[in-house]
Amino acid sequence: MSAPAARAYRPPAPLGGRRGARVERRRTLTALGFLAPALVILGLFVAWPMLSALRLSFTDASGFGAEEWVGLDNYVRVFTDPDIRDAMLNTLWYTVLFTPTAVLIALALALVLNSPALPFRGFFRTALFLPFIVSLAVAAFAWSYLLDPRLGLLNHWLQGAGVQLGDVLEDPVLAMPAVALVAVWKNFGFYMVIFLAGLQDIPASLYEAARVDGAGAWLRFTNVTLPLLSNTFAFVLIFALIAALQAFDQIYVMTGGGPYGSTQTIVMEIYRSGFRRLELGFASALSYVLLIATLLLSIVQFVFFGRREKDLG
Amino acid sequence: MTALAPRAARARIRPASVVTFLVMAVVTAFVLLPIAIIVFTAFKPTAEVNAYPPTLMPSEWTLDNLARILDELPFGRLVINSVVFAGGVTLCALVFDSLAAYALARIDFRGRKVLLVAIIASLMIPFQATLIPVYQLVAELGWINTYQGLIAPRAADAFGIFLLRQFFLALPRDLDNAARIDGASEFRVFRSIVLPNVVPALMTLGVFTFVNNWNDLLWPLVFTTQAEMGTITSGLTLLTGPGGIIPYGVMMAGSLVAVVPLVIGFLFVQRRFIDNIATTGLK
Repeated sequence: MSAPAARAYRPPAPLGGRRGARVERRRTLTALGFLAPALVILGLFVAWPMLSALRLSFTDASGFGAEEWVGLDNYVRVFTDPDIRDAMLNTLWYTVLFTPTAVLIALALALVLNSPALPFRGFFRTALFLPFIVSLAVAAFAWSYLLDPRLGLLNHWLQGAGVQLGDVLEDPVLAMPAVALVAVWKNFGFYMVIFLAGLQDIPASLYEAARVDGAGAWLRFTNVTLPLLSNTFAFVLIFALIAALQAFDQIYVMTGGGPYGSTQTIVMEIYRSGFRRLELGFASALSYVLLIATLLLSIVQFVFFGRREKDLG
Repeated sequence: MTALAPRAARARIRPASVVTFLVMAVVTAFVLLPIAIIVFTAFKPTAEVNAYPPTLMPSEWTLDNLARILDELPFGRLVINSVVFAGGVTLCALVFDSLAAYALARIDFRGRKVLLVAIIASLMIPFQATLIPVYQLVAELGWINTYQGLIAPRAADAFGIFLLRQFFLALPRDLDNAARIDGASEFRVFRSIVLPNVVPALMTLGVFTFVNNWNDLLWPLVFTTQAEMGTITSGLTLLTGPGGIIPYGVMMAGSLVAVVPLVIGFLFVQRRFIDNIATTGLK
């Protein structure tokens, strides 16, 4: 929005010749001065590590002694090691459990909260956002307790309702839904708030027009809300997918990757191979696979939001 | 406005909205259950924590768990570490991010677009992917188990720069041009004119950065080899030792200490915080 205005302020071409160039050089130096601290930090702790991880991924680095160049061995292992294949499938399964659940719950609650007829909307919004403030690790403790086979309140209530869950976190089938549930609990409030912002950007006049045309609630939802919310929807969806790829905290706390490796995800594998077994080269190759997966999703996001980015540039 | 008011009043007592309200109340209660469990269990006597059938509220309130957490962990130290780590990162990031964002939003210089694209691109790099080289670099600097080692890798971040830039762009250009014509230096324009106008954005980024780092597990976990240098979040995970019976009461007491400062701080700034976060990605 303000970008065209910024362009209009550009000085009207080279009236002063050399003087103009000098002013421009000075402006660039000033700008670099402002940028220097951030660029040093980002260069040192983001850009350089990225290149370093790429180099490491072709070596057998262990943190001790000499490193040897092993070519694509680590990458071959990433795609042939049955443990890693399981971790990738687990991450995929986690993504399938987490993403649609979190996004749909967030959308449903945002739609309800957007209705002016609902009393105490502000309270509900704050209360439902509150889990986002709680750390995933702490949330994992609370959920472990709630799901405890003997002492867990939630487990007890479910038994009262005739649902026999047993020891969820020791159950190879149920452990993954349980850790995904904790992530849904923590994150849906964040997505809900983004949906709410999107809903509030839809002009009320469109709903009025639809109502005049005799459209009921469902028609208004499918013909006005959904199309106008598609950008927000894509943003939240990709955000949730990227979050799912990086699942770690609650799994580390609740199951440690078990039982029988059923909740071992890619980031859990990076942690285990990099910091437990000190296979730095292999862990770096794994990191790069995660990086590329994230980049692919981000590119999809950029295609969706390309028009907006052009507006900003 | 006035024409709408009676309709809104009538809408309030429609049976449908009463049902919606009740459903929302139940959903919210369920969402808040884990937080309630932390609070109530932290004050339960051990016998009640381990009693069957389990209950929600303690019948007798005790401070035993809070006292025990002090024995189990160097808890005071962990709290200090968390404050220094999250607070230090927040302060550094606010200063460095706002400086960088100012240059990207308000100074028309050569190479601005390239830098902007590079910074936005670095938003997409997951922290986990660079974890090992970052750890190695910090180790080479001799900064393992030091505060500067914990803080430095987070002292500026692309998200913060991007967020603040969006807010800086929204300010009218005349504001700083007037000051420039009066002979103010760029830094003075930044500090005295632009910064005071983006306090809400700085607060939002500050809360966001503080909460994220206070809650972070992976970085403090790999970074600290001494228990005394951990944060509350990473320290608490030491309680869930393999094989041992998990002392839920003590764990919830520790969790309470980890959560309460954030929740109190959040409740103070929540309205603005939620609004600003909501518009971040979409502006």
